[in-house]
Amino acid sequence: MDAVVLDGITKTYADGKILAVDHVSLTVKRGELFGLIGPDGAGKTSIFRILTTLLLADKGTASVQGLHVVKDYRQIRKILGYMPGKFSLYQDLTVHENLTFFATLFDTTIEENYDIIRDIYEQLKPFSDRRAGKLSGGMKQKLALCCALIHKPEVLFLDEPTTGVDVVSRREFWDILARLKSMGITILVSTPYMDEAGLCERIALIQAGSIMQIDTPDNIIHSYPVRLYAAKSANIYGLLKDMRDNASVESCFAFGEYLHLTLKEDSGHAVTELEAFAQQKGHTGIAVKEISPGIEDTFIRLMNQKSQ
Amino acid sequence: MAEQVIVCNELTKRFGDFYAVNKITFEVTKGEIFGFLGANGAGKTTAMRILCGLSYPTSGTATVAGFDVYRQQDQIKRNIGYMSQKFSLYENLTIVENIEFYGGVYGLSRAVIKERSGELIQTLGLEKEAKKLVGSLPLGWKQKLAFSVAIFHRPQIVFLDEPTGGVDPVTRRQFWDMIYEAAASGITVFVTTHYMDEAEYCNRVTIMVDGKIEALDAPQALKQRFQAANMEEVFYQLARSAKRSSD
Repeated sequence: MDAVVLDGITKTYADGKILAVDHVSLTVKRGELFGLIGPDGAGKTSIFRILTTLLLADKGTASVQGLHVVKDYRQIRKILGYMPGKFSLYQDLTVHENLTFFATLFDTTIEENYDIIRDIYEQLKPFSDRRAGKLSGGMKQKLALCCALIHKPEVLFLDEPTTGVDVVSRREFWDILARLKSMGITILVSTPYMDEAGLCERIALIQAGSIMQIDTPDNIIHSYPVRLYAAKSANIYGLLKDMRDNASVESCFAFGEYLHLTLKEDSGHAVTELEAFAQQKGHTGIAVKEISPGIEDTFIRLMNQKSQ
Repeated sequence: MAEQVIVCNELTKRFGDFYAVNKITFEVTKGEIFGFLGANGAGKTTAMRILCGLSYPTSGTATVAGFDVYRQQDQIKRNIGYMSQKFSLYENLTIVENIEFYGGVYGLSRAVIKERSGELIQTLGLEKEAKKLVGSLPLGWKQKLAFSVAIFHRPQIVFLDEPTGGVDPVTRRQFWDMIYEAAASGITVFVTTHYMDEAEYCNRVTIMVDGKIEALDAPQALKQRFQAANMEEVFYQLARSAKRSSD
């Protein structure tokens, strides 16, 4: 049995005028670390709220650990842990009080399940008497995770836990997720950061309410249908404009230091052709090479296909 | 010599015995895209608030657009634009109303506002949406509009605080096209971001750690110095040692 099942879930707001989730179907296997990858407004939060029994879908069915999200909502709430995107703990309670409160709600104690949160909570201990509202962003995030874990949930839902968090804290957070996974907890996590997709076992790329692709990060990258090239020059913005005016270029986007390009028809000599083109346009410091695509390349390609 | 639009010398902000910003010194050149990076709690927001004329430093000196951060906060505010991920526009006003409102706040005449808002709506391709509430626009459009509004009064400098957070990858790049264009027109861009690929788009980047500037250079030079493949690695090497983690 799968841990999470969404079957044809649709959700609209404002009397059907806003389509937030559009026939989404996906399954998360038991013990899997599954990522919902997409920007704000893609429908990620609506999906989480439907799965956590806080929101009713217009159409479709969903279950968590075999329990129906509408009929069995009481049982589901006991076995899931949920960390919403917006900080939702009690700002006026201390770190320790918040954690005790959530443990009590689930009829347990901090001590009983301390093993699960130990690694995370040890870092919070120096602040255990501080009010949650006075914690730093990274600390709030860790406390929220502890509160979501204190009743030893079978399935953990994390809605954009790393948004607005710096690179160092993000890496720490993903290390924590890997440890939780090794304890057997199923994790569904969402993120707008494409570089985090590779840290999940399987991912769904989601945009404007619908899923564009579901697979392992490797398979998604390998399914990229054309060759991808990277190019740079001393004047990268000038090169970007020139390449977009180049009739043989299909797409051209900035990717950090380089531009990523695909061609309408790939002759097999693309590197030389692109180099020659850049030279002809008067660029200096030119470098062109073929590269392997990343998740973000795939996402952009799928988005553009969809909008056409 | 190139014109310096921001000059900071040992700028410091202390709260009690906590040095939020600790003797930072740097200059920003006119028309430059200047990336202001740092871990959460490194002091970026505090430094930005001082440079925007919203907070007084404890010691050190700084001028923004030629105005002093201690004595000329009002002039600073008139000569800069500001946009953040969180607060940008009034959701319950239409696109045109937002533009008119901000134009008015910055003291532009009705005639100028009318002319520029027409141009702007055309450039953004928002003719059909001009009379719709901003709240109904997709996030990506809001952010592009917010940026255009932030530079509507043609400021010397625009401060962008995580402008692309949560925005889809295509819109994020369109947004950077707008940044490049603004810079090419002579507006200096001062930008913070958590996307390290965006750090590569800046002419120069500072990385703040625990209130101090630990690195300041062009992305290429930083990568060479830290023998890193990309800016994320540079950032990681520097910020890993941070002691602070408050926001």
